[in-house]
Amino acid sequence: MTAFPWISFLTALPLVGALVLLASGRVGKIFVRFTALAFSLAALAITLFLWLRFDSSSGGLQFQERLSWIPSLGVDYRVAIDGLGLLMLLLTSIVVPIAIIASCRIQEKVPLYYSLVLMLQTCLYGAFTALNFFHWFIFWELSLIPAFFLIRLWGGPRRSSAATQFLVYTMVGSVAMLLSFLAIFLATHKFDFIDLAAMAHSGQLMPAVIDKLDWRRFTPNHLALIVFSGAFVGFAVKVPLFPFHTWLPSAYSEAPTGTTILLTGAMSKMGVYGFLRILLPIFGAQMQEVLTPLLWLAVATIVFSAYAALAQKDLKRIFAYSSINHLGYCLLAIFAVAKFTGSDPSLTTQKYAAMNGVFLQMFSHGLTAATLFWFVAMLEKRSSGLRGLDDFGGLRKVAPVFTGLMGIALFSSLGLPGLNGFIGEFLIFKGSFPLVSWATSLAVIGLLLTALFVLGILQCVFSGPLNQKWIGFPDLTAGERIVLAPVIGLMFLLGLYPQLVLGVVNNTVIQLVQQIKF
Amino acid sequence: MTWIVPYLWLVPALPMLAAGISALLGRRSRATAAALAIGSMAISFLLSLGALIHVLTSHGGDRIFTFNFRWFQFGNEWLKLGWVLDPLTAVMLVMVTFVGLLIFLYSIGYMAHDDNFTRFFCFLALFAGAMLGVVIANSLLLLFMCWEIVGLTSYLLIGFWYHKPEAAAAAKKAFIVTRIGDLGFLLGMVWLYAQSGTLLFFDSGVGCLESSSLTHLVAHTTILGLTVSSAIGILIFCGAAGKSGQVPLHVWLPDAMEGPTPVSALIHAATMVAAGVFLIARIYPLMAAGAPLMSAYAGSLSPTIALQVVTWVGAITALFGALIAVAQFDIKRILAYSTISQLGYMMMGLGVGGVAVGMFHLITHAFFKSLLFLGAGSVIHGCAGEQDIRRMGGLHKHMRITFYTYTAGMLALCGFPLFFSGFWSKDDILRSALTWSVSRAPFYMGAFGALLTAFYMTRQVFYVFGGNNRLVATSHDDPALAAHFEDPHHHAAHHLHESPAVMTVPLVILAAFAILLGFIGTPAWPWFQSFLDGTHTTFAFSAFSGLNVLPVMASSSLLVFCGLGLGWALYGHRPIQSTQAPDALGAIQPSIFSFLSHAFYVDDLYRATLIRLNTWLSKLCDWFDRWVWNGAVQTISYFVVGIAHLDNFFDAAVVNSGFDEGCQGVSRGGQILSLLQGGQVQSYMRIIGCALIVLVLYLLWGAKI
Amino acid sequence: MSSLQSYLILSSLLFSIGLAGALTRRNAILVLIGIELMLNAANLNFIAFWRYGPNPEALTGIMFTIFSISIAAAEAAVGLSIILAAYRHSRTTNLDQMNSLKG
Repeated sequence: MTAFPWISFLTALPLVGALVLLASGRVGKIFVRFTALAFSLAALAITLFLWLRFDSSSGGLQFQERLSWIPSLGVDYRVAIDGLGLLMLLLTSIVVPIAIIASCRIQEKVPLYYSLVLMLQTCLYGAFTALNFFHWFIFWELSLIPAFFLIRLWGGPRRSSAATQFLVYTMVGSVAMLLSFLAIFLATHKFDFIDLAAMAHSGQLMPAVIDKLDWRRFTPNHLALIVFSGAFVGFAVKVPLFPFHTWLPSAYSEAPTGTTILLTGAMSKMGVYGFLRILLPIFGAQMQEVLTPLLWLAVATIVFSAYAALAQKDLKRIFAYSSINHLGYCLLAIFAVAKFTGSDPSLTTQKYAAMNGVFLQMFSHGLTAATLFWFVAMLEKRSSGLRGLDDFGGLRKVAPVFTGLMGIALFSSLGLPGLNGFIGEFLIFKGSFPLVSWATSLAVIGLLLTALFVLGILQCVFSGPLNQKWIGFPDLTAGERIVLAPVIGLMFLLGLYPQLVLGVVNNTVIQLVQQIKF
Repeated sequence: MTWIVPYLWLVPALPMLAAGISALLGRRSRATAAALAIGSMAISFLLSLGALIHVLTSHGGDRIFTFNFRWFQFGNEWLKLGWVLDPLTAVMLVMVTFVGLLIFLYSIGYMAHDDNFTRFFCFLALFAGAMLGVVIANSLLLLFMCWEIVGLTSYLLIGFWYHKPEAAAAAKKAFIVTRIGDLGFLLGMVWLYAQSGTLLFFDSGVGCLESSSLTHLVAHTTILGLTVSSAIGILIFCGAAGKSGQVPLHVWLPDAMEGPTPVSALIHAATMVAAGVFLIARIYPLMAAGAPLMSAYAGSLSPTIALQVVTWVGAITALFGALIAVAQFDIKRILAYSTISQLGYMMMGLGVGGVAVGMFHLITHAFFKSLLFLGAGSVIHGCAGEQDIRRMGGLHKHMRITFYTYTAGMLALCGFPLFFSGFWSKDDILRSALTWSVSRAPFYMGAFGALLTAFYMTRQVFYVFGGNNRLVATSHDDPALAAHFEDPHHHAAHHLHESPAVMTVPLVILAAFAILLGFIGTPAWPWFQSFLDGTHTTFAFSAFSGLNVLPVMASSSLLVFCGLGLGWALYGHRPIQSTQAPDALGAIQPSIFSFLSHAFYVDDLYRATLIRLNTWLSKLCDWFDRWVWNGAVQTISYFVVGIAHLDNFFDAAVVNSGFDEGCQGVSRGGQILSLLQGGQVQSYMRIIGCALIVLVLYLLWGAKI
Repeated sequence: MSSLQSYLILSSLLFSIGLAGALTRRNAILVLIGIELMLNAANLNFIAFWRYGPNPEALTGIMFTIFSISIAAAEAAVGLSIILAAYRHSRTTNLDQMNSLKG
């Protein structure tokens, strides 16, 4: 271990901040907010440093730290990042400061709030970099606890049931996943993701499982599928995939908006990350067997959530369903990639495109969704908590800059070219269409419905005659404009020059797709 | 002028830059915003002229100049974008920049009293940049991207007066309806990418519109027996149909008239709606792949399915739009439906006659339609915001320049023989339709449409300019007048004046073009067509004796005169007396008139079916979410909580109580047993004694004494 | 009738008298006397069996008896002190009235 353990340092840094805040005693709220922001910006700086130091031409695991922990259980402390992990780290590092800035309406138990946010950041970092199931699962489960308390203590009127449902639902999925991995451990005595993926790649994994866990009642194939379904449920609940998505709208709308930013910007990506890092390499063959139902679920996710978004009246619920819709595209592409194995070059290039699209869509959706909820937070601040579609009207007259910038974020969510939302969706469609034509053709309905509710928001909230209640509605302050500017600028930058991200992750994508052969 | 090719990107980039800078300016920098927009457009115009000259002067077969570059990579490939300069691009560039420049100048006068002047020019410049991007794009992806931004700016400009709910609704409608078309476009695009491996049109032989790719696309067939190229063409045509207002995606265009008139002129007459036609012209090799090659004047022997679809849709739209325009009363709506009709003609022209035929009509239409819209804007401006033609009249006395230029445009649109551009371009279309190998129905539809065009335009001109002014008489006692005013800062009602020079000069220039432009495409000297097709041509009157040329000219002239005559008979012969007077045609055929004036109730049909279905589906999904999926989760959770209660009950009532009962039993038993403890020592001893006796007896019993 | 039998009859009579006394007398000291009688009857039994048993020379019977006498003496001392303490507490020697340990 000659190199400085950057990843562990990065993971521990927000935790240190959390402890500092908890121990801070009687200090002013401003101090607490600034300290939290400082720690998160320091984490961002380190992540940017890692981004620049990352060698994008290799695409393999870098900055690896490996320590033997419990050898008898096959548990190592192993962290490393490749393009995927780095992208997720960067996303988290961008989303957390946004969440901290957007939490300015929190007035009670402020140090506790920010320390929970920082703890959540640590758990996210841990989950995105861990390569051994043991500590990966610890971080995965631990992240639920700060989220639960954040929703429970500072949330809306129905926060108790929303928080409880969120916690229990996700935990049920995680338990199923734990059981699957324990089954695998019993069979192979390994917890390491990379080793397990290598075993799956060489076709040894499932025979070993079937060999060791000989349940005479099930055929070998069914046994493999059962183990797969356990892990699948764990991730499907997190993403979420239809029909395991019903916890999301209430959790997002009852959570305080700063927490919603964290939930949608970073935590939802944990699910997709899990699909990419764990499910696809290890259980690729099983995924291929049940591919058609999975595709139907993905299309249902895309279309039904967009339809449901159309029927909502609460801005946060609309964006919550919109999140489900956007992540549905990612899942569609992942399932499309799992459809064919082999090295037919024309198919491989489509798989690369689809996978690149997934990466880019994850990142840009995290950014866009975080920004949209940030705007909702600013709206709530000015309207003392109101955020229904029908509560406003004609705000453009009194707050043109607010309208303009929120309009940019809304159009990014819609997938307007020139902004960050387009390229990811285009690559997903481009890659998925040759692989799963009918599913992709049905999925375009989601694009239309997204346009419908986004424009509906613009029409109800910003256009039309000015609702007399809001004559004194203040436009964005200079401070708000200054902090919004880099985020909006990043949206344009990614829209016009996506190579910024794709150049770094491309080789990882190639490796990931190559690995999925079974 | 080869230097122009690598710098062609400046043509769209300069207006976009102007838009970007204007976006950051405040509300008071009106002059700066206008100067930026107009300046950038002027430079783009000059560059476009340079591009045109470059293409004109480059002889030889290769008149397609491209510049491609890499954008981002995925896997082992790079996605490339680029721009192209070929005859099609050149003429479109010149037209868009020139008409755009004139409309920008006009807008200075028209929007002078509006508070949001700066924002208007910002959006206009953004639109111009995006539209020019569509024109020069060498990649279907780049075209799509600029296409979407054009849609965005259309949304922003239609909803420019956002405080009006109708404008906001119309903007949303426009975006959504065009997006429906764009879904097909997107699918066609990704399909094309998958099949041909590239989205660049021209890329040294491997582009998707070049022969190697096309042969591959034609060779495979897909569903319904279509070739892949036709299927992709039809999908991309969906996008074009949305943008160009073809039936059934035409419903947004009339509502788009909520926007300011320069917007209607630029976007919804000359350029944006023409983008659909341009798109089909651009991918024409794809649409026509597989059918024997055709030239402008000879019909193809058996056109591809894609082109047949285009033709039929265009023909239906041409007739449809013309029929509805006959029964409208809003000056801009008449022009809107007329635009729909003319776009149908353009599509039909592309389908039956090829790129040159369709594009010629596109170019001429751009000039005379924008002229008509700007003229309408001038009329509205002069009538202090009035838009209902029943409340106008007699303007030929008060607004002379507007009247003359408007008449010139109207005659061009009708296709008045010989001196007006519309005649030559429409004749091209009709001539190609006459010899179309599939069916003659499009020709008849087009011919009837021409008759109707002449009729409704005559009607409009007589209503607006003829007779005496009806506005003065009724403006005082009609409070409902205020609802029709487009411009919120309306002047005093009886102030009928000609518009300022900044508005009339563009009208005059456009009128000149409306007349003269036809002469570059007459059969005698089909310069325009040959420029686009790449053939050589010379000036020769003998061409008039070519196949069908004179018969079509004669019959179309006849139709035009009939239409003009009918219009005069119904509307000009006896001047319209008052605003309440029923429409002359409406008096003759009230039911048909009413049906037409409600636009075949298409909007209502959509509202009753599709929109209702959509709303119902969204409510259903929400209900499903709340009650079915959530209900399932709640049921499971109630079940689990039930088990928990059961367990609790079991614990408390059974286990715990059982234990308690057991303890009670022991305790009671102990209490009973403790009664044995009397505390009397002697009774203990008595018991010991008895026990002793019993024991002795027991021992003795067993033993032998 | 042999000598042994007569001794046994004597000891059993003594035992019965002692038992009767212990069971029926009200005074605690008299109960103690009865117990002493029972103990002595048992001693007599020991001596009788020793004297007329199989091995009269061995000292087994005498040892048992001497143990028993000494223990009886100790027990009488302890018993009397308990009775004295109980008398000091409850001012009576009537056993029927000392029943506070009842259940």
